[in-house]
Amino acid sequence: MSQKQNYILEVQNLSKNFSGVKALDQVQLKIREGEVHALMGENGAGKSTLMKILAGMLTPDSGEIVFEGTPLHSHRDLKILSAGIAMIHQEMLLVPELTVAQNIFLGKEIRRGKTWWLDDRSLNQKATELLAQVGIALDARTLMKNLSVAEMQMVEIVKAISKNAKIIIMDEPTSAISDKEVKSLFNIIADLKARGVAIIYISHKMDEIFQIADTITVLRDGKYIQTKPAAELNQDSLISLMVGRELDTMFPEHTEAKGNVLLSVQGLGRQGKFSDINFEVSAGEVLGIAGLMGAGRTEIARAIYGLDAIDTGNIFIRGQKATIKSPQDAIKNRIGYVSEDRKAVGLVLGMSVKENITLASIKKHKRGLFVDDASERTAVANMIEALRIKTPHPDQPVKNLSGGNQQKVVIAKVLLSSPEIIILDEPTRGIDVGAKFEIYKLVKDLAAQGMAVIMISSELPEILGMSDRILIMAEGKQTAILRKTEATQEIIMQYAMPQ
Amino acid sequence: MKDSIPNLAQNKPRVNLNIGKYGLLVALLVLCTALTIITPKFLTLPNIMIILTQVTINALLAFGVTFVIITGGIDLSVGSVVAVTSVVTATFARADNYPLVVPLALGLLVGLAFGSLNGLAITKGKVPAFIVTLGTMTIGRGLALILSKGRPISNLSDSFNYIGSGNLLGIPLPILILIVVFIICTLLLRKTIMGRYVYAVGGNEQAARASGINVNQVKLFVYTLGGGLAALAGIILTSRISTGQPNVGIGFELSAIAAAIIGGTSTSGGVGTITGTLLGALLIGVISNSLDLLNVSSYYQQVVMGLIIIGAVLLDSLNKNKRN
Repeated sequence: MSQKQNYILEVQNLSKNFSGVKALDQVQLKIREGEVHALMGENGAGKSTLMKILAGMLTPDSGEIVFEGTPLHSHRDLKILSAGIAMIHQEMLLVPELTVAQNIFLGKEIRRGKTWWLDDRSLNQKATELLAQVGIALDARTLMKNLSVAEMQMVEIVKAISKNAKIIIMDEPTSAISDKEVKSLFNIIADLKARGVAIIYISHKMDEIFQIADTITVLRDGKYIQTKPAAELNQDSLISLMVGRELDTMFPEHTEAKGNVLLSVQGLGRQGKFSDINFEVSAGEVLGIAGLMGAGRTEIARAIYGLDAIDTGNIFIRGQKATIKSPQDAIKNRIGYVSEDRKAVGLVLGMSVKENITLASIKKHKRGLFVDDASERTAVANMIEALRIKTPHPDQPVKNLSGGNQQKVVIAKVLLSSPEIIILDEPTRGIDVGAKFEIYKLVKDLAAQGMAVIMISSELPEILGMSDRILIMAEGKQTAILRKTEATQEIIMQYAMPQ
Repeated sequence: MKDSIPNLAQNKPRVNLNIGKYGLLVALLVLCTALTIITPKFLTLPNIMIILTQVTINALLAFGVTFVIITGGIDLSVGSVVAVTSVVTATFARADNYPLVVPLALGLLVGLAFGSLNGLAITKGKVPAFIVTLGTMTIGRGLALILSKGRPISNLSDSFNYIGSGNLLGIPLPILILIVVFIICTLLLRKTIMGRYVYAVGGNEQAARASGINVNQVKLFVYTLGGGLAALAGIILTSRISTGQPNVGIGFELSAIAAAIIGGTSTSGGVGTITGTLLGALLIGVISNSLDLLNVSSYYQQVVMGLIIIGAVLLDSLNKNKRN
């Protein structure tokens, strides 16, 4: 397949600054027809910026872009890019109240001749054809809102195909879908390759990369590092290219020092979400919660934290029955929660790093009627240093930070509310290898300091590497609690599969 | 690494280049300069006092509305609250029947009650703010007409009338009140925990809730504050015109929202300042005064005002797009 030497896209010396910060510095990228080209790098390496430029959402400051042999110079030329390159977004850009067909042809509706009337029949027909071509079993007339995340992604892909896109950018396409769905996604990718469509694939999951990528380009700190055929790299060499150093072990040393039971739940249930959940977590312990998407893991965390109500069962904090009806109650009971969705639940994106870090603990920085600015800044500076949050300034809007650093801001916020029990929901989702390692280390440190940690994760190696015990869920029920020594990926998957 | 901590804590070059805010100040100054050149009547002490007194009412309402809009809400009821307050206050301020404190306290109470009613319906009843305040706007207007039997209430006591007409060191009392309220609101929004929460709730309500912020309490606070400030405006207005008027304040809510929006408050929440709103109110005041001075019919004035609202937001969003 790599015999096709003709590049559809050649990017040279591309640079882009954001208010003085070099997001991209002389970057290059060459995409061949029909290849899967993985773009790798830690968060903040410049992948997103590069992709946004290619999708026509941002204009570069300087550099050359040649698309299908045509050099693109002006702002207007770049429009050609958005016609030929489609991006499957992490945040889906689909209209929930419209049907699959209507979404696919959104903006290119089929009319009856030259009139303004819509031709729904041929719209549905064409959509059905496209879906069949790619081998997706979906009714074109289903409303978007009734689809699963994976199905929505498929619709996005079909939409890209309908535009005759030459390149499809997939940004973390498997971050929210099940293993089975990943398989069908990979089948679709293979099909796209066969038609000569190139895929730019961004993912933090190493096994995926080596499974499907033909070529890998690595960026680091906004700079181009290397492009190599995937076959010439392995996980270790790729990671060291990405982080610029060797990572010896992914998971920090384990120390088992269990203390008293801090949290226990009995018979916990919430209508339609989960039922009969029983477990306990002790000081110094990490309890992993594994399971497939939709198994009810996040819902349990939200219920313990008081974000959603529980219908049955009890929560005990240090042996005492606790009533937790709101996050305020949870914080009073020294529970902290780092949400899986940092943009929607974790952060106020428009506020500064400082304001986000102290959002849950600002009452500790009070002088008379006012906020004590000096003590707030000291607390923030300490957190920025302790968690090594990379930000030019505490007053920087948090939305300008990379995903990994945003995640650290959320963790800092939760830590400042002085929890003894901390629930981390997919704490490493969408963040890069280096930051992942730091977060693992941090989690172990928290446990070592005597916190009870609950960590929800969809990544099995992470669950196995981090947990002392593992609770496994399937379809809202708890199917097993295993000790670390009893668990393997296969055993966990057996318990996690719906019966 | 250690050495950088004090740096982080001390440096605070607030990276807050709010182009909208400075743009507004520049626009205001340019307009004033132009008016001074065009008409000699503009830059005279009496005219300035007229403008400021007129601005006072709108600015007080707009401060309250700013808090509400920053939390992502809206308050359409403030104009009607002005009317109810006016009627209630005037009823008890007649002919020295009661000590001055009675009409003032009752007036404020009416405003606070309306505000907290709005807040409760929005937070506990989960009714959208637009609907709730549309309802209380109509209720308020109706109550004002019922309580006054549709007639203006005149013959108010001298001590009450002094609030709107008196002055201290040559400065009219309403303007002094405005300055005091401006300072309090600015400090409240920028320096207190409640102020921080107001921004957080508007910026991302879910995240605010997950951070242990009592979102309902914050919302209840801003609507109650808005009602209270509307009552204050109603009292000042009643005193200035020496009459309780059930028909007063129609459309005031729109001017107040306009001032907040021209002043850079974002209707999607999380963004806005009291200073911006004050500048917005001043700009509206100066423009309508200049149109008066230039003998432009009040019909045209409304058209101009509408264009300015859209223009201000347009400029701001163009600015934002450029920065992105």
